Amino acid sequence: MKAAVIVFPGSNCDRDMMVGIEHSLGRKPEMVWHKETELPDVDFIAVPGGFSYGDYLRCGAMSAHSPIMREVVKKANQGVRVLGVCNGFQILTEAGLLPGVLMRNAKLRFICKDVHLKVENAETEFTNKYSAGQAIRVPVAHHDGNFFADDETLAALEGNGQVAFRYCDAAGNVTDEANINGSRNNIAGILNEKKNVLGMMPHPERLCDTQLGGTDGKPMFDALVEALS
Amino acid sequence: MSEITPEIVAEHGLSADEWKLCLEIMGREPNLNELGIFSVMWSEHCSYKSSKKWLKTLPTEAPWVICGPGENAGIIDIGDNQAIIFKMESHNHPSYIEPYQGAATGIGGILRDVFTMGARPICNLNALRFGEPDHEKTRHLVSGVVEGIGGYGNCVGVPTVAGECEFHKSYNGNNLVNAMAVGLADADNIFYSAAAGVGNPVVYFGSKTGRDGIHGATMASAEFTEDSEEKRPTVQVGDPFTEKLLIEATLELMKTGSIVAIQDMGAAGLTSSSFEMASKGGVGVELELDQVPMREEGMTPYELMLSESQERMLVILKPGMEDVAKAVMDKWDLEFAVIGKLTDTGNMVLKWNGEVVGDLPIDPLALASPEYDRPWVKTERPAEVKAADVESNVGRIDALKTLISHPNMASKRWIWEQYDHMVMGDTVGRPGGDSALVRVHGTNKGVAVTSDCTPRYCYQDPFEGGKQIVAETYRNITAVGAVPMAVTDNLNFGNPERPEIMGQIVGCIEGIGEACRTLNYPIVSGNVSLYNETNGTGILPTPTLGAVGLIQNIDDAASVAFKKEGQAIVVLGETTGWLGASRYLEVLCGREEGAPPPVDLDQELKTGNFVREQILAGVETCHDISDGGLAVALAEMAMAGNIGCSVDIPANVDQAYAWLFGEDQGRYIVTIDADKAGEFVIKAGEAGVVANIIGQTGGSDVVLGGESVSVAELKDLHESWMPTYMAAGE
Repeated sequence: MKAAVIVFPGSNCDRDMMVGIEHSLGRKPEMVWHKETELPDVDFIAVPGGFSYGDYLRCGAMSAHSPIMREVVKKANQGVRVLGVCNGFQILTEAGLLPGVLMRNAKLRFICKDVHLKVENAETEFTNKYSAGQAIRVPVAHHDGNFFADDETLAALEGNGQVAFRYCDAAGNVTDEANINGSRNNIAGILNEKKNVLGMMPHPERLCDTQLGGTDGKPMFDALVEALS
Repeated sequence: MSEITPEIVAEHGLSADEWKLCLEIMGREPNLNELGIFSVMWSEHCSYKSSKKWLKTLPTEAPWVICGPGENAGIIDIGDNQAIIFKMESHNHPSYIEPYQGAATGIGGILRDVFTMGARPICNLNALRFGEPDHEKTRHLVSGVVEGIGGYGNCVGVPTVAGECEFHKSYNGNNLVNAMAVGLADADNIFYSAAAGVGNPVVYFGSKTGRDGIHGATMASAEFTEDSEEKRPTVQVGDPFTEKLLIEATLELMKTGSIVAIQDMGAAGLTSSSFEMASKGGVGVELELDQVPMREEGMTPYELMLSESQERMLVILKPGMEDVAKAVMDKWDLEFAVIGKLTDTGNMVLKWNGEVVGDLPIDPLALASPEYDRPWVKTERPAEVKAADVESNVGRIDALKTLISHPNMASKRWIWEQYDHMVMGDTVGRPGGDSALVRVHGTNKGVAVTSDCTPRYCYQDPFEGGKQIVAETYRNITAVGAVPMAVTDNLNFGNPERPEIMGQIVGCIEGIGEACRTLNYPIVSGNVSLYNETNGTGILPTPTLGAVGLIQNIDDAASVAFKKEGQAIVVLGETTGWLGASRYLEVLCGREEGAPPPVDLDQELKTGNFVREQILAGVETCHDISDGGLAVALAEMAMAGNIGCSVDIPANVDQAYAWLFGEDQGRYIVTIDADKAGEFVIKAGEAGVVANIIGQTGGSDVVLGGESVSVAELKDLHESWMPTYMAAGE
């Protein structure tokens, strides 16, 4: 796998993403500054979390217009795998690679904690090392993770197997109580129609290391490395 | 330039004596620009004039100290050419007037103190103190301060990993926001602030300068009165996005080899940074103030010198390196301007479009700042409270339930879940333990960090209280298995012009000094916040300490959670049932009185060394005993591990409540496999440490001498107070 991590001004999970990928890949991905106009030859692009452009205007809105994003969109349309985490997810929706928007959390507060995610679609190159219905533990850290899409879009996402993860309890039950930010249908992560682009609010890269308290995020990067080797 | 009237002098906070000294130094009447500079340089906040005499008595040296007080932050050596740079600083006054921005800019400022010296910040801590929960302003202040800290820290991407939060009526009119930043640097690539090299360019980078925060340092050096609301415009506004760019740009600039000296612009902005750099380097400076990047039209030299606009740095470059530095700032879209040069005059010459608008001698002003030996009276140690004289009608389980759900003891999860405590991918020990544990990136070493203060002890007996805080940080670091290395102090007190307050300051500093000397645990940085009073009512003496320790292998670290059923519970240290100034006495008996528990520092050292040895030898569960005593510590361990415990009250104990809730110092709880517990107790005895097996882990209840409560119920009580309290205001 040839991987790149995009770095925007205000990205702050770029190093975490690099380390997360390195755990599975065995070497560092390329770090690409947002002012670049060309991407190296890669088959996996990660758009990391953070506060690109300070979340000013609207989360992800400014970054979506960075020079490098034209290239990311082009590659995504050619089938290159793209993962957007947290602010990266917001950027991918602003760039039009994924539907819906991420609104302010229902309780209007930043939330940083481990949550459980039910794996809804375990047949993608991102998720095939999990089993369908499995509950995995992954941290969230966001202020604007409340996924919203209109009824029609939502029906399409559900109908096409584009919902990758939902917030659930430790036993895998998708409940209102487990829906930490008020997302529609408890959605924590979605895929595009071709399933080569995944956006998710939780941070799989933060739990790839036993010293940090868990490794439930690692199978995602293992799966990508296996698919792209 | 307007004539300087006595009113103008008074508005600038200068006393009659200080004005006289000012005239002597200048040899003439200063103009308004110059007076403004005197005002901020000699403010309590910048000059430490009331506390300097006593701060000098603190121990600041050890073989592992690279840099002690006097620079932007303290530095310790953690081996392998790595250094930890850290400091704690208050942002009390601004946070009361404007909680969100006041707290946010406190985080920004302390981060700059650390990365200015070449460190990448690796974690933040904060110690918060608010008025009574029922006070009309408290909820609003908690909400704003927490949101401000989170808003800033989360955006810059530095994890906030530990802290404390306490409520007391003495903070009704003066909340405390003490923020600590910890950074990691290469020990051979540290940057200092002493300017050098006549002719070298003085360069400004970061944000533009606006009119915000003018006279913030002067405000922070006065008591609050009814009209403090009017001081809102003196609170600065933070931009964490720019700070994030500033961190990256500064660290990148530091790799170019172009820097002679560097300093951030904090309190008193350009004035303080330029004077300190020049004074330390023994050089003069000429500033072209019209070259300063300005955010607003029509700014004056006076405003430019005193503005406390955030996210700004001052750097002395090597000759000819301007283009290299500018390229870095262009990459990060930050302002860059050459605003002057170093001279050999020893004077600060301020120019505005070529015309001299100020000319002040640097050293006399910076070094001759007043130092007061303010009169003080010693706080007499109050009488001891005998356990037998404490009336207790509440059963032990009800007492435990009341304590763990009391505002000061309840879980502060509501706060720390609003802070990103995991970003940077090295938070091994998350908030909620004795110390947070942050891995040194790319290694297996861990840095343990904690912040502590027990103001109620300090109020009753400043000297013993001061000792106790040091010992408490020492225990918190020890309880995870790390070696306590050094301390930063953030001394918050009331008005030092009152002898009883000055007595608290002196007593606490002496107690802190004695403990740090005995424990070989130097103070390497700090900050003083005085005048925390409103209409003559002062806060409890609150000398908050932040501490850093090191563990060589994080896989050895212990944590508070019970991990196995059937282990023996061992208490290390002596339990006498000390209830004076305890939480039990305060919360269950409504009595805030009595001599606080004494700290035996020599014993502290012995017990600490033994605990650390045993953790490295395999003990996995350890917790120090502090507020609420043994019973609360056991409950915390049970709640963290979801495993119950059962303890027996020794037959020779007369008052079970004193044994359960007394706050005798120097104690830890550890768990040991049952078959090895006897041997462990013998080993402790050989090391000179009292050890008693008091019970065992297991089950789903906490059982105290036959009376029980489920861990689930305790958890529910412990976790629900703060969310319920905060929700009531929504």
